[in-house]
Amino acid sequence: MRVGVITFPGSLDDRDTIAALERAGHSGVALWHADTGLADVEAVILPGGFSYGDYLRCGAVAHNARIMGAVKKFAADGGPVLGICNGFQILCEAGLLPGALLRNESLRFTCRQVRLSVEAETTWTRGLEGRHLVIPVKNGEGRWYADDATVDAIEENGQVVFRYSQGRNPNGSVRDIAGVSNEAGNVVGLMPHPEHATDPALWGGIDGLAVFEALAAPVAA
Amino acid sequence: MTSFPDNETLEPDRALELAVELGLKPDEYDRIVTTLGRIPSVSELGMYSVMWSEHCSYKSSKVHLRNLDADAPWILAGPGENAGVIDVGDDLAVAFKIESHNHPSFVEPYQGAATGVGGILRDIFTMGARPIAVMDPLRFGMPTDALQRRLVDGVVRGVGGYGNCVGVPNIGGEVEFDDCYAGNPLVNVLAIGVMDKDHLQLARAEAVGDLAVLLGSGTGRDGIGGASVLASAEFDEGDSDKRPNVQVGDPFAEKLLIECCLDLYERDLVSGIQDMGAAGIACSTSELASKASMGMEVDLDEVHLRDPTMESWEILCSESQERMLALVSPDKLDEVLAIAKKWEVPASVIGTVTEGDQLVLHRDGNVIADLPARSLADEGPTYERPMQRPGWLDDYAAVDAEDVDLPDDLGSFVLSFVSSPNVASRRWVWEQYDSYVQAGTVLPPGMADAGVVRLPDSKKAIACSTDGNGRWCELDPREGTRRIVAEAFRNVSTTGARPLATTNCLNFGNPERPEIMWQFAEAVQGLGEATRALGIPVTGGNVSFYNETRGVAIHPTPVVGVVGVLDDASHALGLGFEDEGDILFLIGADVAPGLAGSELQRFLDRPLGGTLAPVDLELEARLGELLHLAARQRLVNSAHDISSGGLLAALVESAVAGQVGVHYDAEGLDPAQELFSESPGRVLVTVSSVNVRDFAQLCSDADVSVRDVGTIGGERLIVEGLVDLPLDDVVDAHERALPRILGS
Repeated sequence: MRVGVITFPGSLDDRDTIAALERAGHSGVALWHADTGLADVEAVILPGGFSYGDYLRCGAVAHNARIMGAVKKFAADGGPVLGICNGFQILCEAGLLPGALLRNESLRFTCRQVRLSVEAETTWTRGLEGRHLVIPVKNGEGRWYADDATVDAIEENGQVVFRYSQGRNPNGSVRDIAGVSNEAGNVVGLMPHPEHATDPALWGGIDGLAVFEALAAPVAA
Repeated sequence: MTSFPDNETLEPDRALELAVELGLKPDEYDRIVTTLGRIPSVSELGMYSVMWSEHCSYKSSKVHLRNLDADAPWILAGPGENAGVIDVGDDLAVAFKIESHNHPSFVEPYQGAATGVGGILRDIFTMGARPIAVMDPLRFGMPTDALQRRLVDGVVRGVGGYGNCVGVPNIGGEVEFDDCYAGNPLVNVLAIGVMDKDHLQLARAEAVGDLAVLLGSGTGRDGIGGASVLASAEFDEGDSDKRPNVQVGDPFAEKLLIECCLDLYERDLVSGIQDMGAAGIACSTSELASKASMGMEVDLDEVHLRDPTMESWEILCSESQERMLALVSPDKLDEVLAIAKKWEVPASVIGTVTEGDQLVLHRDGNVIADLPARSLADEGPTYERPMQRPGWLDDYAAVDAEDVDLPDDLGSFVLSFVSSPNVASRRWVWEQYDSYVQAGTVLPPGMADAGVVRLPDSKKAIACSTDGNGRWCELDPREGTRRIVAEAFRNVSTTGARPLATTNCLNFGNPERPEIMWQFAEAVQGLGEATRALGIPVTGGNVSFYNETRGVAIHPTPVVGVVGVLDDASHALGLGFEDEGDILFLIGADVAPGLAGSELQRFLDRPLGGTLAPVDLELEARLGELLHLAARQRLVNSAHDISSGGLLAALVESAVAGQVGVHYDAEGLDPAQELFSESPGRVLVTVSSVNVRDFAQLCSDADVSVRDVGTIGGERLIVEGLVDLPLDDVVDAHERALPRILGS
């Protein structure tokens, strides 16, 4: 599948995400924040990093980037969109995903391996429901938050896609939520970094590969 | 006779007075007058004061550093360049360097540490390389003191805040606590970068008519005189007044600047480039011109400023961060400006390379400085400062360090030792740093004796270790330095890499004191001896003098960084024990008396003292080669050297990292020596039983002695007859200590 990865000023994991996609058999296409189109890709990823330095609220500047108009239209048409870490923050700022990301409870940047469970079937997690993944998390503002009514609603709708295993929540997010989707399930965001757990020669394991492979998996009948 | 505008013209008396205020000595001022044949202008005086500062000119250290060797076929750039560069094969080159940011970090811990990272990264990408890793050897006073905890917190946040945002993984470092650093913490930062060999950039002007393009952030009033005021004088009371001299970092601007510069190199658009750190425009223009024996005309009106009311000398000496000076052929200028625009990096053309060797600066249509570039950059004063062996060394030598009685309840003693600030796990620190970004990290902090990163689009990996030991160097600066070089070499070797080159950060007290200068000269001797014997030439580094507060100097603390190469990243060895049933071997030297200056001595609050036996450098070289071969043949599953904290600390670290127990068969020696000796030349390795015969043969061929000392497995940490503890208790003690001490 042709998957676009957007580089915003300050994106850091863009090239790593392209490498992970190619390891999963996709073709990674570099997209630029100032472009207007998506170069006919079949899926889009907003990678991790510090867009615009995160000097304002994370994602608050990047979600106004020129390419985001095309991303919104693509998402509305059902196109698969994934936001990882800073990408998740941008999707929340853009209103494509519910909730917001606050500073970690520890008030420190935290980088470690975390254990997650996959709790919902989405375009990005086909066939993974019920599985546990151990992948790295690395952020200072990863505490997903929404008010109780919103959280209840998305729990009900099956929009909680990833949840930290009990006692492993690295940032104090509401109900240990690590990643969520939109109602349709085509837009997904998560704080941990599946792209940094895809290469057997590197530290971090290869559990993240499943997320990229799932994208090509056939839709269950 | 050159005449200057009124606001640049000085009367002779005032000129001398101002020179002294700026940190120049009266005889240095006289030298400026002789060089110029007249009274300097205000701007000229400002430039000389920073360029002739200890920090920029190495005036006290030069005569000693000249004796270091920097020659080997694989060295592509050595001392005098922004960073050392080595050839690692496959047409790839690796740039690396270490630098200090000690004083700024004491004054303002977050920004001091952050800009330390930013500065060393610029040294790397100035050479043409993409930065792929940073390491941070840090030293503070004891964390029982609230001030020290605040410094640790700020420095760690600063290193992380900058490195995480700019997107370079942290792969290791050190954290040491000792009272001698209470008034003067050491914040050293090492960076590594990689490039195609033919993209190596050397910082020099090449052609008359080339344009000097200033890339990056606006020039502001931050950091004015940082090099002369902060880095080249000791501290006294009330130094919070120096806060305006600390620069402020902008990692986002640096990230864009890195991508912009790498884009320019890729298209071969610059003919020379120099970063702007200490002494800003004064330094970059004079160094580029001086190295090529050329001149430069610079128009300060063209410099993009944060504050238009800045004086000329402020513009020249500003240490605003995230700036580079590139030399560009006029026909390539449009393309360069277009790329800067793409990356949203401000750019302005501020000068032109000229015939001759004069650096001529203009402001508001007037000449404000007109001086030989070389007189600033290369012809500053050089001192052969007096040296004297410190009398206190005799007192240290008189201490009986090796005879130590341990308490009867060794179990609880061991638990309190492994949870002490200098032995406890550094996880609290490294978890605040991104160690995954750039998808190259093979072995992150805490998992090996050296950090290991794979090179992009290659099977090769780089291993790097930084090591320092102020207590050893206080006892004997020459032998202490030989030992830390051996340790860094050994640390790189235990990952299976072949060590290739050395960088160094020499942290010392006030060089105007003969005892300090003697310590420095001895340490440099030791550095030269060890790096020659081990075949790892010194490619450059940094000297940090004046590390003292209220007349009390730190222990002499040279920190070395050794870089090595693994031909195949998959051969890399971690320190964690792996498989139940593996055999534990101790290879290398026999245990020898090794408690002088040791962690045990510090932990027991015994007076610092004793003597250091000479490290066997030939054995270290053989040991290194053996480890390299064993890793390549996949005969070994883990390797960890015995260093600070002795055998006990090594067993704990490997068991905790591997989450598996160990049974060690004690040799029946004096328990303090057996468990805590730091005598060099020893490495613990684990081997699967099927590989034991081949491994033993390899050791025999390498003429390295090998002893079967135990087995891996179970859930206890056992040293036969001495220690028997549940692994869970050890893990708890080791991992929970720093969060408890430093805050969760």
